[in-house]
Amino acid sequence: MSRVRVLVGTRKGAFILTADGTRERWDVSGPHFGGWEIYHLKGSPADPNRLYGSQSSSWFGQVIQRSSDGGKTWETVGNKFLYDGPTGTHQWYDGTPHPWEFARVWHLEPSPSDPDMVYAGVEDAALFRTTDGGHTWQELPGLRTHESGRLWQPGAGGMCLHTILLDPAQPGRIFIAISAAGVFRTDDGGKTWRPMNRGLRSEQIPNPTAEVGHCVHRIAGHRSRPGVLFMQKHWDVMRSDDAGESWREVSGNLPTDFGFPIDVHAHEPETIYVVPIKSDSEHYPPDGKLRVYRSRTGGNEWEALTKGLPQRDCYVNVLRDAMSIDALDPCGVYFGTTGGQVYASPDAGNTWRPIVEHLPAVVSVEVQTLP
Amino acid sequence: MIVRVVLPPHLRTLAHVSGEVKLEVAGRVTQRSVLDALEARYPMLHGTIRDQATQQRRAFLRIFACEEDVSHEAPDAPLPQAIATGAEPLLIVGAMAGG
Repeated sequence: MSRVRVLVGTRKGAFILTADGTRERWDVSGPHFGGWEIYHLKGSPADPNRLYGSQSSSWFGQVIQRSSDGGKTWETVGNKFLYDGPTGTHQWYDGTPHPWEFARVWHLEPSPSDPDMVYAGVEDAALFRTTDGGHTWQELPGLRTHESGRLWQPGAGGMCLHTILLDPAQPGRIFIAISAAGVFRTDDGGKTWRPMNRGLRSEQIPNPTAEVGHCVHRIAGHRSRPGVLFMQKHWDVMRSDDAGESWREVSGNLPTDFGFPIDVHAHEPETIYVVPIKSDSEHYPPDGKLRVYRSRTGGNEWEALTKGLPQRDCYVNVLRDAMSIDALDPCGVYFGTTGGQVYASPDAGNTWRPIVEHLPAVVSVEVQTLP
Repeated sequence: MIVRVVLPPHLRTLAHVSGEVKLEVAGRVTQRSVLDALEARYPMLHGTIRDQATQQRRAFLRIFACEEDVSHEAPDAPLPQAIATGAEPLLIVGAMAGG
């Protein structure tokens, strides 16, 4: 029977949750790296026991951890993230030029075919890659040095590159998203990049339809539809049917279109999930009800999923990297909250229950489907 | 010279050590030479005390020697004789802050 392994990054350490394919009984291991912020953990699709973790602290900076046995043991690997060439400046919060400064790794995206190759999205926004299992990291500087880079500004959480999508059908095509610059795409393995933000509208910037400057929170796609992308923007849920060339809003009947994560069903490429949050200044669900919304039509028409989720007095947030979906049938959907709960649905969202309830604030959730 | 260094708890965990670290330091005993020796012996500490790009001490760390804060001394200034001889440990201290 297949198994699942859920990798949870929190403000104070990493936790690994495992279950068999029924997803009923869970074992919890951790905290790993207790006291450190774990922005992201992710396993290699090519070797599921190879895990990578981003461990950081305001005191001690960035550490990268690697496991070769599914998280039982870990070793530190390289943590030298040096920008390639002159760093130049981006805009600071007050609009003045500010030099690029490395702060932390937000997201690790292992190659689908090579366990030693991993992409890292960092703050201040840049894309790095290792080809030696994390021992050394090289920047792909074409992104940071894009002509629009001097105009990028940090979101409230920092100027982070938080999403990396490796196109499954077209080698060399990568989508990334930066808060608050927007989506960029390369078709040549990272040498050159184009902004992919046409159709986005953000009233919080001087030109609401500017080429860059949009606070994109997350993008997601399905392996079988490489040209179709879904986006949770600061406000607005969007989709693209032309590999990011243009976007249209699909917020439809959502109670609010603010939120952070968005993800796609494992077997139904038009079934997507979001967690609506009341507003950008409140950062909790509307009406104290924690509801995942599912659209089976690729957006516009949404249904609330509530069975097993708290429907009163709930004021947690779900952060951008804190939702993941397994590959079983029916697929399991997982998300973590800033209140330390990780909820799981073994039936594609119909019913939910917490699989662990009292962790530190959850930053990231990734699930691996294991043989 | 054998220099004794006390690391903050999280760095002891990261380096898989308990208690003080004893380091062989060649030449003059300075903050730089001690930290160079520390990082050579424990490579996982690279970047955790000094920024990888600037080599500046990380803002939330201080370095104490013989009950004095030497954090703002020049990195190549000699440390007190008691540190150089191992009579006293060099303390690397994390800022007290919660969260």
